[in-house]
Amino acid sequence: MIDEEDLRQIARLAKIELNDEEVKEFSPQIRSILALFDEIDEVETEDVEPTFHVFGLKNVFREDAASPSLAGEDAIKNAPKKERGYIEGPKIM
Amino acid sequence: MNDIMIGLEVHVQLNKLKSKLFCGCSTDYQDEEPNTHTCPVCLGLPGALPVINKRAVECGIKVALALNCEVLEQTLFYRKNYFYPDLPKGFQISQYDFPLAVNGKMSVETDRGEKIIRINRVHMEEDPARMIHEGGIEYSRHSLIDYNRSGMALLEIVTEPDLKSPKEARRFLDKLRSILEYLDVFDGDLEGAMRVDSNISLAGGDRAEVKNISSHKGVEKALSYEATRQKNLLRRNIKITQETRHYDEERGITISMRTKEGEEDYRYFPEPDLPPMSVKSWTERLKDEIPELPDAKIRRFVEEYGVKENHARSLTSDIEIADYFEIVCKSSICTIPHQKVVRMAREIDPNMAASWIVDVLKGELNYRGMKIGRSPLTEDKTIKILKDLSSGKITEKNAVEIIREILDKGGDPEEIMRRRGFGRLDRSETEILVKKVIEGNPKVVEDYHKKKKRALNFLVGRVMALSKGKSDPKDVNELLEKYL
Repeated sequence: MIDEEDLRQIARLAKIELNDEEVKEFSPQIRSILALFDEIDEVETEDVEPTFHVFGLKNVFREDAASPSLAGEDAIKNAPKKERGYIEGPKIM
Repeated sequence: MNDIMIGLEVHVQLNKLKSKLFCGCSTDYQDEEPNTHTCPVCLGLPGALPVINKRAVECGIKVALALNCEVLEQTLFYRKNYFYPDLPKGFQISQYDFPLAVNGKMSVETDRGEKIIRINRVHMEEDPARMIHEGGIEYSRHSLIDYNRSGMALLEIVTEPDLKSPKEARRFLDKLRSILEYLDVFDGDLEGAMRVDSNISLAGGDRAEVKNISSHKGVEKALSYEATRQKNLLRRNIKITQETRHYDEERGITISMRTKEGEEDYRYFPEPDLPPMSVKSWTERLKDEIPELPDAKIRRFVEEYGVKENHARSLTSDIEIADYFEIVCKSSICTIPHQKVVRMAREIDPNMAASWIVDVLKGELNYRGMKIGRSPLTEDKTIKILKDLSSGKITEKNAVEIIREILDKGGDPEEIMRRRGFGRLDRSETEILVKKVIEGNPKVVEDYHKKKKRALNFLVGRVMALSKGKSDPKDVNELLEKYL
């Protein structure tokens, strides 16, 4: 059961800002969405191999060979802040 | 004394590969300008498709086998989601359930003998970008980000909390490094090649995670600091809470990194862009690529060369040194002709070679920050020096001087010996021998005075024999004539 605190945590991880009204509004909606998934839980999967990948492909590799990289100025062209070839970012502790 | 429990998470860059884990960007970015070794894949641009570097998986399996792990039948990549500037995609491609290999072990030499450290798992992941905090992480106002490192192949090797002291942790890492270098998948000299996170707890307290230990030698210091810090808290009955601490290498302390509200939730899920791998069948083939590892080499050196175990241990801790030792010993094996049974004789005693390499050469190399393979002291020069030393032609002090000069300036041992007068006695030393020979052979001296020419030759011969050929013949003749 998802409570309001869980919803705030989910929003924080998704980098979405919710005010108190929105938390009140969305909590029941999320709960009803999750209730739909409860139906899936009823399916018997005891003898079914888990699926990790939908195409059935496996062992797709490339050889270890170096190929040209982007030019430095192109690599950081879209960065809003840069300094001496570096991208400037926030400090996070 | 509180019981300490330490577990390590060691991140090892597979830096002998030519390209990154999921793209063709070159791994050769050390000393290059920032952000010059990137592409849409390792910058996490939309629409880019990662493809697994086959050799990286092979290297991972080699490491897993060397650590006695079991390679899993099915292994796959996951997305580990977190938001941080060093991760351009908002997630790191890593492994979670179904890692490459599990349940390994490695032995470590401790103060109380050999000890088995269990390896929980070995998994593969991509390296994040490098972040620089100018002026230190506490005081800098922003970070500078270099994505050249982003996407490098990393192995994460996780131990069980079996290490009982910071010193054991260091020994474990020293040995791990040497195994990785034996396997030729890793160059530990490159910056950031091995980075360690560790969990440390004392009996009666929660564990603390110490992150960001980047230097090899920093591990012992960081853990010692942390153990002392925890001990002091326990002594004052302050409860140790579970937390993450950052090691500040310059100041040698750990700092609490208060995370924001709520615990981290990585929301792992299988990476849809990378199909699963089934590579256990490769292990047979890859076993052939695994050379003799340090433990086996130690045993063989003791048996085959009869060297002391501590010497064998020191010789084998670095594969270059181990090979060097063997070349020096092997080259000096010669067969003795005219014997029915071919007997092997060594001109250089392996124990002497071991002792010179371990006790002298390694120290001289360390002092100069040199690797033997890149030093001017090639094996043939060491062979020459040790042969002259065993035959008594030069003294131990001479040998050390020759080694030092070659390491500093290069050159040839024979030429250095001649130029510096090694292997030659001083005139005053010869003088003592001359007097001794004259005193000891009154009969011959008498013959000399009877103008018998052979008498002088005999006396010269005696002096040369006494000096093991190290007297200058010119000195001998002059001095004999002077005193006779």
